[in-house]
Amino acid sequence: MSNQLNKLPMIDDNQESTCRPDEQNTASFEDTGSANWITGQLETNAGPVYQVAAVLDRKDLTGSIKARLGLGRMDYIIPPGLYAVGNPEPTSPVLVSANYKLSFDQLRRELAGLNLWILVLDTKGINVWCAAGKGSFSTAELMRMVDATSLGEIVSHRTLILPQLAAPGVSAHAMRKESGFKVVYGPVRAADIPEFLSGNNKAEPEMRHPSFTLPDRLILAPIELVAMLKPALGLIGLFFLLNMAALLADKSPIIFISLLRQSLMDFAPFFAAILIGIVLVPALLPYIPGRALAWKGWVLGVLWVLVYTVLITTSAGWLQTAAYYLAIPAITAFLGMNFTGSTTYTSLSGVVKEMSFALPAIILSASLGLIGLIAGYFI
Amino acid sequence: MKKFKYLKNVVTLQIDQDKCNGCGMCMEVCPQQVFTLAGKTSSITDRDACMECGACARNCPQQAIYVRPGVGCAYAVLMDKLNIKGKCCGDVCGCSLDNIPDH
Ligand code: SF4
Ligand code: SF4
Repeated sequence: MSNQLNKLPMIDDNQESTCRPDEQNTASFEDTGSANWITGQLETNAGPVYQVAAVLDRKDLTGSIKARLGLGRMDYIIPPGLYAVGNPEPTSPVLVSANYKLSFDQLRRELAGLNLWILVLDTKGINVWCAAGKGSFSTAELMRMVDATSLGEIVSHRTLILPQLAAPGVSAHAMRKESGFKVVYGPVRAADIPEFLSGNNKAEPEMRHPSFTLPDRLILAPIELVAMLKPALGLIGLFFLLNMAALLADKSPIIFISLLRQSLMDFAPFFAAILIGIVLVPALLPYIPGRALAWKGWVLGVLWVLVYTVLITTSAGWLQTAAYYLAIPAITAFLGMNFTGSTTYTSLSGVVKEMSFALPAIILSASLGLIGLIAGYFI
Repeated sequence: MKKFKYLKNVVTLQIDQDKCNGCGMCMEVCPQQVFTLAGKTSSITDRDACMECGACARNCPQQAIYVRPGVGCAYAVLMDKLNIKGKCCGDVCGCSLDNIPDH
């Protein structure tokens, strides 16, 4: 193991992180050389530097699919340090990135044919934006990694290109004053980097605004759906017990299969509500009137109950109908409100304001709805 | 592309134009194009678009901007209220803007 690599800091396991449990920080440099995305080593003034592939292979892609589904994303960490793309020289640009592998992958796959350096900070395996907001992508961390990699000896210039979304965590003027390195904020999207570099490090205004198109809004839906699995199973279980209790109260015979079928039928409108809250609200976001996200979710929930009770089910009595109107929009409103965390534009003050009204309303509405639903089985 | 806007008149953003030297840094780092250069100083022209990320305040060399930075994520606010730690960003929720090929 070379000097330079030894000098690179390991992830500090004892560091308190409010964002992630510590034991997940398992990346180590010993394993890096054999990683699928390393293509070789490059000699520099300060020792060898790993070269990384500018194309993603199948392992990268299956890894990112798993990460999207919330499976094993904790291991999705790149060891912090300096990496080379192509055959960079002392004059080549330095890009700075987070050590979340998805961020790193999205960056390097746009760099085919370029020669440059990538400085990967220890952001505890979190993407640039969250890390900047939470303080792990910071001026101090940037300074620490510049020192640890002896970057000043490897490159002859003093410019670091940071993702624009790192700006909440890094102070460009403080960095300049304390380290002599000038921070330039690059485009939001990695895809714009080649154009940014060829255009004298100038980002066009449209490169500075994160897009929030339909695919952007839906890409987190799978992970949210997986997260809803448990509550959904709980609800099915509840309906099962209620159906059973109703049969017992009636002294009717209990047939497991029909009981299960009935419970799934009872769950169907709620299943649709979950899909509406997680898929349809984000998809139709710009078209649903109003601004608060809980409100947008609530609107679609009410529409769904209307459709369901008028067109789909004919057996719902007044109590059950009322319970649907209370419970289902509460679910879609909650899921809509939850989507604030996935947007590119919601502010903390706004979320706090929205929640101060929406949360009590949702809890009240859901509780009354639940009582109505339960009562419906016995009346 | 159309800019998404959240609630009206809620954000904590403030600028002291007497301190501003018009360097333009706030306009460069703001992901929501909240500022425009008015004469020789920056001014807030699209306040409701601000997402309180704090980039402008941190990068203003004149300390002319104030904003209470935070993450506009209901889940995080909820966990915070319930005093549950270690369940955020990239762990359970979609809090991460993973969807943005960020750089
Ligand atoms: S960064 Fe500060 S000094 Fe520069 S234009 Fe904005 S407010 Fe003015
Ligand atoms: S806090 Fe963020 S979104 Fe708001 S004005 Fe400043 S840079 Fe723009």
